[in-house]
Amino acid sequence: MTDLADLYQAVILDHNRAPRNFRRIEPPRSRALAHNPVCGDTVEIFLRVADGRVKDLAFLGDSCAVATASASLLTELLKGRSTDTVRTICRQFEAVLSGDAEAGILPESLQPMARVLHFPGRVQCARLAVQAVDQALHASRL
Amino acid sequence: MSVTNPVSTRTTPALDAERIRQDFPILQREVHGKPLVYLDNGASAQRPACVIDAEGDCYRQYYANIHRGVHMLSQESTRAFEAVRGKAAGLLNAASEREIVFTRGTTESINLVAQSHVRPMLQPGDEILITGMEHHSNIVPWQLICEYTGAKLVVVPFSDAGELSLEDVASRITSRTRFISVMQVSNALGTINPAREIVQLARRHGLTILLDGAQAAPHMPVDVQDLDCDFYVFSAHKLYGPTGVGVLYGKYDLLKAMPPWQGGGDMIRSVTFERTEFAEPPARFEAGTPNIGGVIGLGAAIDYFQALDPAAVLAHETDLLRYAEAQMADIPGLRIIGTAADKAGILSFVMEDAHPHDIGTILDADGIAIRAGHHCAQPVMQRYGVPATARASFAAYNTRAEVDALIASLHKVHDLFGR
Repeated sequence: MTDLADLYQAVILDHNRAPRNFRRIEPPRSRALAHNPVCGDTVEIFLRVADGRVKDLAFLGDSCAVATASASLLTELLKGRSTDTVRTICRQFEAVLSGDAEAGILPESLQPMARVLHFPGRVQCARLAVQAVDQALHASRL
Repeated sequence: MSVTNPVSTRTTPALDAERIRQDFPILQREVHGKPLVYLDNGASAQRPACVIDAEGDCYRQYYANIHRGVHMLSQESTRAFEAVRGKAAGLLNAASEREIVFTRGTTESINLVAQSHVRPMLQPGDEILITGMEHHSNIVPWQLICEYTGAKLVVVPFSDAGELSLEDVASRITSRTRFISVMQVSNALGTINPAREIVQLARRHGLTILLDGAQAAPHMPVDVQDLDCDFYVFSAHKLYGPTGVGVLYGKYDLLKAMPPWQGGGDMIRSVTFERTEFAEPPARFEAGTPNIGGVIGLGAAIDYFQALDPAAVLAHETDLLRYAEAQMADIPGLRIIGTAADKAGILSFVMEDAHPHDIGTILDADGIAIRAGHHCAQPVMQRYGVPATARASFAAYNTRAEVDALIASLHKVHDLFGR
């Protein structure tokens, strides 16, 4: 039987109820929107890069708990890190969500998100934020 | 036991849902260790054994391509396939089975009318009238032909309750209006629109009109002659039939005046490289080998649905709707989207602290299948300022006990997500 507690862990419910970095960055140096056509959910990522570091990172979006928690955890983890590190973590997170890598390779705070793999219909929800961060980072170099 | 049918006010025998459930093999299964509660009928209904058997028997016993063979199997297949035209005509009370065109579904039926009936008459500045509650399949085909012709799409708004007013429809009919296309029942809101009255408006202005019956034909009696619509469309898979099959009803004189949409085999009278003569309708619109087994399955589905009695199905589903609505009122933060006075068995709702996607997952863990999303009606979601809704939609085999399971599970959602 599918255990809901696996998906809706306290940390995920907490980040859904009180999402971190849930705001716009004005003016946004770079932003990207990830959209799930299945449910209509969106996650919009705002990003400011300076001196090879992600100085600020925030998000907005009207999304489910999984997408919201994923974006909240991700922005909290990545803010202040070097763009290289951000890129590496994004790649690792995508690999875990694709089932190509074990959750253990992720920084600890992101590991709860890997439980979404037990709910195949929800994996794309978890993926929205990382896709948008990736795009925003790419756009920041253009 | 009997109930009063809200449509005809004649007395309709109540459905025996428990007995009906025995006809649907899939309803015996469990999901996540719980009995399946299937409430996603608006997306697609389940099939009774007689439909599964009809399609299987075709392949096991007499399958061959239709309309072409002198051999026995081809004749038997052709006979079984063509018999469904009469069944579909009977379901809709069409004047003739020549008015029934088989398509891949509602979407293809609408596209066929758009391309073959409407597009040839459009000039730049002409208008096509639809409503704000349409499914994408009754928006995008019109946008495509507007793009080609310079015509424009005019959209009739609807009220907060999810109702159209005939005044709003009438006031948007102009000298440039060329066609009207309206859903009979809203898939996202459940509203039963005043289809007959809207057709009368079209008549008064000399316009042709299509009724999208995807959410109506499987749930209530439909009489295209009484409605007086020019075109009526529905999909087999929402009417307990196979996927990939749909029906386009069109008044024969209109079909006869329409050019073919797709070219190919089976839709011609004669072909040379210089000139092709097209077959009469409905064959003119059925290019290529159709979904033979699927159409035969639809025939069984129509027989099954007719035997249930469409008026009794509507009364049963309306009872489930009212029963569910009354209990939902007790769930804190739950808001029903679409509160029209006249509603089919569709319940769209949102919850204050839980996103529809999360509601869907929590209900799934209890074996309850609902839809969570925009229901291919994003303009409706925008109208209410929500990204998505959760939707429970009823069929003849659903029971009050299943509604109880739904309500219990929604309380769980509230307990988990409520602040």
